[in-house]
Amino acid sequence: MAIFLNGQSRIIVQGITGSEGRRHGARMLAAGTRVVGGTNPRKAGQTIELGGAELPVFGTVADAMAATGADVSVVFVPPAGTKDAVIEAVDAKIPLVIVITEGIPVHDTAQFWAYASRHANVTRIIGPNCPGVASPGKSNAGIIPADITSEGRIGLVSKSGTLTYQMMYELSDIGFSTAVGIGGDPIIGTTHIDCLQAFEDDPETDAIVMIGEIGGDAEERAAAFIERNVSKPVVAYVAGFTAPEGKTMGHAGAIISGSAGTAQAKKEALEKVGVRVGRTPSETARLVSEAMPGR
Amino acid sequence: MDLFEYQAKQLFATYGVPIQQGKVATTPEEAGAAAAEFIAAGKSGVVIKAQVKAGGRGKAGGVKFAHDPREAQAKAEQILGLDIKGHTVHSVLVAEDIDIAQEYYLSFLIDRADRTFLSMCSVEGGVEIEEVARTNPDALARVPVNPLVGVDAAKAAEIVAVGRLPEEARPGAAALAERLWAVFTGEDATLVEVNPLVLTGDGSVIALDAKVTLDDNAAFRHNVDQFADPEAADPLEARAKAKHLNYVKLDGQVGIIGNGAGLVMSTLDVVAYAGEAFGGVRPANFLDIGGGASAEVMANGLEIVLSDPSVRSVLVNVFGGITSCDAVANGIVSAIGMLNARGEQVQRPIVVRLDGNKAAEGRRILDAAEIAVVEQVATMDDAARRAAELASAAATGA
Repeated sequence: MAIFLNGQSRIIVQGITGSEGRRHGARMLAAGTRVVGGTNPRKAGQTIELGGAELPVFGTVADAMAATGADVSVVFVPPAGTKDAVIEAVDAKIPLVIVITEGIPVHDTAQFWAYASRHANVTRIIGPNCPGVASPGKSNAGIIPADITSEGRIGLVSKSGTLTYQMMYELSDIGFSTAVGIGGDPIIGTTHIDCLQAFEDDPETDAIVMIGEIGGDAEERAAAFIERNVSKPVVAYVAGFTAPEGKTMGHAGAIISGSAGTAQAKKEALEKVGVRVGRTPSETARLVSEAMPGR
Repeated sequence: MDLFEYQAKQLFATYGVPIQQGKVATTPEEAGAAAAEFIAAGKSGVVIKAQVKAGGRGKAGGVKFAHDPREAQAKAEQILGLDIKGHTVHSVLVAEDIDIAQEYYLSFLIDRADRTFLSMCSVEGGVEIEEVARTNPDALARVPVNPLVGVDAAKAAEIVAVGRLPEEARPGAAALAERLWAVFTGEDATLVEVNPLVLTGDGSVIALDAKVTLDDNAAFRHNVDQFADPEAADPLEARAKAKHLNYVKLDGQVGIIGNGAGLVMSTLDVVAYAGEAFGGVRPANFLDIGGGASAEVMANGLEIVLSDPSVRSVLVNVFGGITSCDAVANGIVSAIGMLNARGEQVQRPIVVRLDGNKAAEGRRILDAAEIAVVEQVATMDDAARRAAELASAAATGA
């Protein structure tokens, strides 16, 4: 069953006619994902050819859901239009929205998150500025390369895209139930804690690897959550030990403010609750393979 | 992007937030002239305030009172050129002296944990707010602000009441809070902070200091060029920014180029970790070339990294997710070709680790190019170790 996605997930792409939407829509299809259409308000009623398949373009998420039974939307619309796109998806009550777009103003994210909350969080939001969700062998919603890993029983949650790929690649012989890129922005929809809970509840996940980075205190809060609520083995990696104070390191949320948000504090919080923390991605991968039951 | 106090106050003024009036000066003479204007207007004196994007200016000798223009000029001379926490003072704000009755604290910011906005307000202002939070947390009110609802008169009144500001200050403070919220949302700020917010002897409430951080992601809908700060940026960071490269200068010896913020941060850590065995070799920079690593992006990146004279070796660490390693390899080959053709002979060693999408093709391209300074290493940990070793060897002249 994995988490958030399954083999029956029916996916639409918001912004399917743009270059990113087309490119990754085709890659998702090639990975065997059921991409059933997309939206662009100016091209409603047209079709678009993606990797040999003709897909319908709808004016709204609601129309796309009514016509295709879609239950997941992957958002590729540019930053200036992302807030409206997500609010539209929430209005359509689609169960899951994955926001890939990078560079969204944090006021916009705060607003669409507040909007989803006001509507009882019927729609789960993942991202923004994230690589998406991949459940190998089942579905791949976003931009995570489908061919770097295999189906298995590790669950992964990460703030970083390329570190996610690195970890999936290093552990490809064991394989993953689901990998979730939650994104590196200051405000994100689905958090480490949400994913830890979902993996704890997922009978197809045996161990969890959590990748964090400097900024905020999500990892510290995840540590407190793990202590109380997670029985499965958790291994972690934290990036940014060498980052200087006050500098944004690529991700909008990756910044140490004063003494808050350091990698050291995150590592210590995780180790204090028994989570093993790797010093390099490769060492982390070794710790994960040791943590797998029966190994 | 952090603003200087004077820039923040200019923004405040355009939104009707009452402020302490001041004039910017970059020379002692200008400071003296500004002081003369305030004193001619009946002020009892001026405060000369260092304009740096760092806290603790007072303790560092960056804030001084002057009674007359001559004294203002002398004090400005002392402050200009000071180094405050690594920031050189290039300008001062000459501000009117204010008759302060009481000092408070007020801010709006992002609450990452609760995924919303937050107002913080305290009757204890004029001191480091982190100190108040630590020693007397009950004195620092934290009021969530729903982004869809915002701050109206009632909410502003709630904020200053929960912050336990005295009755006589509340109407003025609440009015100011409403205007400050307009700055926060209107300018896409991630922080607006007034510390201290003061009640003056004549009963008005004004912002004595101002701190604003703007969201770089929202720059597309604002005129942020007005806040450009060429003095502050490291010259290499400024050059990188002009080429749209995500570069941060650090103080080590191993130049780093990678793709993806997380992987590059991780690469810095792994190099520092490996460097412990080589006399404490450290990363020289953060450089994320992002997704589509074209030859041009790689050439620009290599050029910036090699422009740093403290760089002894370079580590290119790429995991091809969407990025194609053959494109990265072609980028490295043509980048080195371009630099050599320009007469900037590349002589420092470049360690390359390629994995993921089309890694085998990428490695073949680099092998076939037979570039003497390029050395391929199979894993990230080994590549970091080798780059650290080469940097260490270069430093000792081995």
